[in-house]
Amino acid sequence: MKYVAEFRQKDIARKLASDIARAADTERSYNIMEFCGGHTHAIFRYGVQDLMPDNVKFVHGPGCPVCVLPIPRIDAAIELAERHDVILCTYGDMMRVPASKKNSLIKAKAAGADIRMVYSTQDALQIARDTPDREVVFFAIGFETTTPPTAVAIKVAAAENLKNFSVFCNHVLTPAAIQHILQSPELRELGQVSIDGFLGPSHVSSIIGSAPYDFFAEEFQKPVVIAGFEPLDVMQSALMLIRQVNEGRFEVENEYTRVVTPEGNEKAKDLMAEVFELRKSFEWRGLGEVPYSALRISDAYAEWDAEKRFETTESTGTDVKGCECPAILRGVKKPTDCKLFGTVCTPDNPQGSCMVSSEGSCAAYWSFGRFRMDRVKEAAE
Amino acid sequence: MNAMEKRFPTRINFRRGQVDMTHGSGGRAMAQLIEELFIKHFDNELLRQGNDQALFTPPTGRLVMSTDGHVVSPLFFPGGDIGSLSVHGTINDVAMSGARPLYLSAGFILEEGFPLADLERIVVSMAEASRQAGVPVVTGDTKVVERGKGDGVFITTTGVGVVPDGLDISGANAKPGDAILVSGPVGDHGVAIMSSRENLAFETAIVSDSAALHGLIADMVAAVPDIHALRDPTRGGLAATLNEIAYQSRVGMRLDEDDIPLRPEVDAACELLGLDPLYVANEGKLVAICPRDKAEALLAVMQAHEHGREAAIIGEVIEDDMGFVTMETGFGGTRIVDWLAGEQLPRIC
Repeated sequence: MKYVAEFRQKDIARKLASDIARAADTERSYNIMEFCGGHTHAIFRYGVQDLMPDNVKFVHGPGCPVCVLPIPRIDAAIELAERHDVILCTYGDMMRVPASKKNSLIKAKAAGADIRMVYSTQDALQIARDTPDREVVFFAIGFETTTPPTAVAIKVAAAENLKNFSVFCNHVLTPAAIQHILQSPELRELGQVSIDGFLGPSHVSSIIGSAPYDFFAEEFQKPVVIAGFEPLDVMQSALMLIRQVNEGRFEVENEYTRVVTPEGNEKAKDLMAEVFELRKSFEWRGLGEVPYSALRISDAYAEWDAEKRFETTESTGTDVKGCECPAILRGVKKPTDCKLFGTVCTPDNPQGSCMVSSEGSCAAYWSFGRFRMDRVKEAAE
Repeated sequence: MNAMEKRFPTRINFRRGQVDMTHGSGGRAMAQLIEELFIKHFDNELLRQGNDQALFTPPTGRLVMSTDGHVVSPLFFPGGDIGSLSVHGTINDVAMSGARPLYLSAGFILEEGFPLADLERIVVSMAEASRQAGVPVVTGDTKVVERGKGDGVFITTTGVGVVPDGLDISGANAKPGDAILVSGPVGDHGVAIMSSRENLAFETAIVSDSAALHGLIADMVAAVPDIHALRDPTRGGLAATLNEIAYQSRVGMRLDEDDIPLRPEVDAACELLGLDPLYVANEGKLVAICPRDKAEALLAVMQAHEHGREAAIIGEVIEDDMGFVTMETGFGGTRIVDWLAGEQLPRIC
């Protein structure tokens, strides 16, 4: 595969591994938080941690779009499908995410709600065109990467005057979440988590650019390296972070230069600015209310806003008791610290959101078996 | 013959007609559909007995029996259709015991309104697959459900076969030290299906690998009678099949990602769709587990057969009570290849 295989080469990985081993000071440890679920997935899928020295650890961040959506929003989506009888279009990842009362989109679908899995916003638009007598709602989730396509869908609906289409907007913003993690008391005061640097998002940064991270690097004195999603990108970026830490630098560096520019994708940013506006506050699973961390549909396009078109009851659903997803999403706990992990909570029967998506830390721990390998290693020792 | 012509004065219009409720009612319309479609194309001596059952004398030896329901969507896909798939799927399930498949039965559930042209196309394809495999469809059943209660057509096939003496092939027989072989590149079927899904449609040259493997298996067991396990990695792909065998045999497995055959097109499509090819379905591949010292001989036999040209040794069975399947990744790390959780893609077979 051209442009992909080049970034998965074993011999280069070995060389990078030895460079990292040489660069890492054995007298200290390096905790690198990868914000994005895409990085988490790559680290597990390719066994990147195996190639790292013991004192370089990845701390998995909250950048899994389905993981951070709070239960009340999923309850609302289910209510749209059940009470308002809409055709609810969703990305496949959302289907199994637990809602309150042990419900989920997939269970609501089995019980008769018209919930359809789509691969793009264009599919949802097409369903709306094909079924003019039904209301069609697109369940929009995700970070800055999936936001521009939602903006396009809303603009297309407006241009075509597609009256039976609307968007239930749950788009969230990466910089606000990173800032929130850095400001959390656990990090600032209690010293529970020590994060020495960040692997910056790849796809998100292709949209927003590298400039938005300058503030954190400066304010919180933590280095950020924007990293591609391939395993060699992750290793190269880890090496760059280790060097910054060693040299006492805290800069935004860009490893993913083949895609990310300082200013990002102006066209996509303009689209987002036109169709969306900032919410004052939005609840994240794991992080709680985060100010200015999400988008809503702007007044100009209010007609296509499902939240304005349909009334939903305020859900007070909370996470399953004992579920540590909130702490795991902040990097405070590891999946294996959760009592539910691997006992009642497995990818087949997820209790918390981190066990659902392949980008979720718990699912990655489970599927790619890091925890079991550790256990096997322990047993052998 | 004359009496038959009188029984059905006009022939079924297979060009424009549709399935309706009378085709499953037990009346004349159903008899005519059976006559002009199923018996015409499946034609064989046992079917022509005309009874509700096929009567035959089983050969001596151990019989195996297997059944498989087919609900694939779309019904027609690159490299096959629900008809050929329903023949290959059951023949393979029978053959994975080392058996020689003898006969098939076929149950059709048709949805009211389904075009008879499509049904004929499916039955012709099924008959062709059965003829090529040398395994006749000897009995069957047709039901019709109201519009909206089915999805065009569902086909269930059952097969019987006889296992040659001296074979003991089972998913429970893998032993530490055994070699793990796969008969060719993985993931073709799943990706071919995905490429033809309405809401995904992407252009690709990938076709389903749907094929009957009993010929390949006959060559394999003739050359290496002490094959320990055979299984076709259908739903859940290679990963699911290896986990099943590891669990049944109470062993672990170690794979080398670089040795697992995979077409670049399939790899690229999976990359694009966020799928792991190890979990993508196959319909014309098998996994074989045999003593290490027979592996090269078995590989040579497989590669000499048209359905095993790209066969490869992909790993080994190891001692592990916990039944883990691990893999050295092409990148140089290690990961566990776990059971499939949830569903990568529904209705692929």
